[in-house]
Amino acid sequence: MAPNDDSLFPATQAVEGEVIAPEGSVVGAVDDTQAAGLEFKTRSQWSYARMRFFRHRLAMVGLIGLVIIFGAGILAGVVSPYSYAAIDLNHILQGPTHAHWFGTDALGRDQFTRVVWGIRTSMEVGVFVAFLSTFVGLVIGAVAGYYGGWLDNLLMRATDLVLTLPLLAVLLTATALLGQGSQWRVSLILVFFFWTGIARVVRGIFLSLREKEYVEAAKASGAGDARLMFRHILPNTLGPIVVNATLAVGTAILVEAALSFLNFGIKPPTPSLGVLVNDAQQSPQTPTGGTTWWLTIFPGLTIVAIVLCVNFVGDGLRDALDPTQRRMRA
Amino acid sequence: MLTYIVRRILYSIPVLFFSTFFSFLFVSYAGNPVALLRQNPRVPPSTIHHLIHQQHLDMPVVERYFLWLHDVFTQKLGNSLVTLQPIWPQITRTMGHTAQFIIISEVLAIILGVAVGIFSAIRQYSVFDYLFTSISFLGFAMPTFWLALLLQIAFTDIFLNYNVRIFYTSGLNSLPGGPAWSWDRLQHLALPIATLLIISFALYSRYMRASMLDVINSDYVRTARAKGVSEWRVVMRHVFRNALIPLTTVAALNFGALLGGAIVTETVFSLDGIGFWFIQALNSLDLYEVMAYLLVTAIFIVVFNLIADILYGFLDPRIRYD
Repeated sequence: MAPNDDSLFPATQAVEGEVIAPEGSVVGAVDDTQAAGLEFKTRSQWSYARMRFFRHRLAMVGLIGLVIIFGAGILAGVVSPYSYAAIDLNHILQGPTHAHWFGTDALGRDQFTRVVWGIRTSMEVGVFVAFLSTFVGLVIGAVAGYYGGWLDNLLMRATDLVLTLPLLAVLLTATALLGQGSQWRVSLILVFFFWTGIARVVRGIFLSLREKEYVEAAKASGAGDARLMFRHILPNTLGPIVVNATLAVGTAILVEAALSFLNFGIKPPTPSLGVLVNDAQQSPQTPTGGTTWWLTIFPGLTIVAIVLCVNFVGDGLRDALDPTQRRMRA
Repeated sequence: MLTYIVRRILYSIPVLFFSTFFSFLFVSYAGNPVALLRQNPRVPPSTIHHLIHQQHLDMPVVERYFLWLHDVFTQKLGNSLVTLQPIWPQITRTMGHTAQFIIISEVLAIILGVAVGIFSAIRQYSVFDYLFTSISFLGFAMPTFWLALLLQIAFTDIFLNYNVRIFYTSGLNSLPGGPAWSWDRLQHLALPIATLLIISFALYSRYMRASMLDVINSDYVRTARAKGVSEWRVVMRHVFRNALIPLTTVAALNFGALLGGAIVTETVFSLDGIGFWFIQALNSLDLYEVMAYLLVTAIFIVVFNLIADILYGFLDPRIRYD
């Protein structure tokens, strides 16, 4: 559609799908429609969200992609016939062949097997960091936003401090000194710098919602602080939180890969995707003088595929969980 | 406006103080450069002893922080802990190299991003729009180091297979000087520039498109069209200029991420830039060099954030700071 038409008739966006109405809504039009003999379905907010999500084409592509890639990571031992540490000095630095789909490294280890195990590590880091930082951010953001005062002040000043430094440099310093190449230490360091983002989002929503009439009404009918926070306000923050947590999986995987590539994150023998790319730098050329491109390309492509899928799912969730949006998307 | 700027600068002083203080505390407690030196058999114990004494490594950390702060102001960031070389000349040299390729890539990324963003917005859902949307999605998902390695491998392959040197894949220069020196430098910087260009372009084209779409659907644009203003004039005068405002903020706030990208890119291409210098300082646990990097970059980030706010107030008259 040309832009002219779009802006001239902004209100004529078609409502696709079946006739829909929120659960228990009291709208005058309802009776008219029923009188006119039209079928009506009552749905909850969540079933709307689910429907919107499953009709989001890119989100579905992302979800299927993630199931395949992460599935391969979880079943790493089953997917590949080789062991990730099996050395084969007769087949070092070979390009992709039928026996070794992603080629072999300087010790003749099968690169496909190492990528599959790398997926497992990266996935563990991504999911762990996303979960824990969301949880910490949620609790601190909720308390800061609800009570305000010194805790809120401390939170905002602390995030100010972190925001003044380039994140990658800070993470590098932290992992260089405390990481010791361990997957869980690196993950915890990432959590330490990731929770502030979610905390700020949650805090913002709590700040605006605690003044709302419905919270006021709940308070008047005797609800305590905990009940107000977790029963009345928290459900309204779930949309942005779920979206943020999903996207955090992708960001954590990207950051972990960068740290490991620079030799300050996870270290061998744990095969993470960043570690594999770093490993590839130790043997840049084959004995015959070509580049060992397969050692770099395949782990990197896997990272791109994972993050792309995570971002698609995140976008789908954002569209699906926005309660102001009733419009179906093809 | 002036009071606002002054207040912002005054606020950033304690922020810088505390962020450097905590970094100093953290780095000195967690990292021990002396232990690293002790492992080196070629360094005699007397040298280490002398170093500990000379660098006050036996004093309490808080005291050492203020000694460091004193050096920062009186001796231009002081000397490095391990090599004892003055830090300032190293910072200016490496920062100069980093600035060369960061500035070129940012300028190109903004120009291309704005152009593509405009066109994607006025031809929304066209093939062009879908193509560049896909490219920017790829850009968001791509690790910077991997993109840099991809370019490096491609051009190394071209060199190895066809013996043609289009772009160099590491270092800053291969000529000591002479008439072809600038061209040689550009051949070395081309791939680092391309790396950061692609990553930033993904961001800017996306923001520009979103911001254009916001403005295109606003009432005053409809009014302009209703008056019979030509489409070109509507886009260039009414939409484009207003859509640029959010982009200036994004570009200024992107500076921190850009420095992170520089660390990775310089490491891949072995460029003598500030990011590569920082990685080397971190490897030798040189506290004062690490602190110098963090301080200098923090100051840059604070300044760019301030510029973003001032520009925003300047470009959008509805925003008033007082």
